[in-house]
Amino acid sequence: MARAATTTDAFNAVAEPRRRQIIDALAAGERSVNELVATLGLPQPLVSKHLRVLREVALVAVRDDGRQRMYRLNGNALRPIYDWVREYERLWAQRFEQMDVVLAELKEAERRTATIEGTEHGDGGSGK
Amino acid sequence: MVAVASSGTAVVTLPSDTQILITREFDAPRHLVYRTYTTPELIKRWWTGDRGKMTIAEVDLRPGGSWRYAMIANAGFEVAFHGQYREVVPDERIVSTEVYEGAPDAEAVSTVTFSEKDGRTTVSILVQHTTKEHRDAHINSGMEAGLQEAMDHLEQVAISLA
Repeated sequence: MARAATTTDAFNAVAEPRRRQIIDALAAGERSVNELVATLGLPQPLVSKHLRVLREVALVAVRDDGRQRMYRLNGNALRPIYDWVREYERLWAQRFEQMDVVLAELKEAERRTATIEGTEHGDGGSGK
Repeated sequence: MVAVASSGTAVVTLPSDTQILITREFDAPRHLVYRTYTTPELIKRWWTGDRGKMTIAEVDLRPGGSWRYAMIANAGFEVAFHGQYREVVPDERIVSTEVYEGAPDAEAVSTVTFSEKDGRTTVSILVQHTTKEHRDAHINSGMEAGLQEAMDHLEQVAISLA
């Protein structure tokens, strides 16, 4: 099966490191192409090319502001990726909650041991 | 019944195309967290989450020693991982290889660190894969151990990777 085009969905769109840089830059707020070029230090045609890919999967939206085109992030389009990682995160969250239960028991056992040792020490003639 | 002080949820991030980073803080000193993390009968109490029953927890905790975890998922199939320890610093750090037996070509190296502050311990697990495809398959394995509701996401990923 042929590899899907990069514009198929958000997963492929963010697979390119420079496009992730653009997403990170836009996470701070709306930016013009020139501002992105300055922030990323990449040639303008390259930035425009990546912005086009991001627009095609709706990861970024654009509006005209006078002579400038302003780009902003559309967080909803990142949702499939978030959901994908979140399922894995949920597995770990469940594991860690079970670890909390085990740890609470171990702490309690240590506390009791310390109390008993403290008592024995006292009984052993420490003068208390 | 012992009260459980939950310290929040797991945080999973993808620092690069080939890495997974999992972090969590525990309300316990690190020698206890380390013990929970490395003692077979304790591992069996947490490693499956609520997704199945752990059948094997083999831990030969020394450089060059092997480990293997296996569980029967609630859906009835077996999920197993194994690897070898490369570095073991008690209460501080464990570096090991890790293979999901459903994808035996994808060997990862995982570095687990335990750091304590004011009686609380932060565990961080950095999983380093050799390729993005292997890293993504690893994240998918978290779903395979689990839920039907995740299958549509898996399908999306499979389509995007095809």
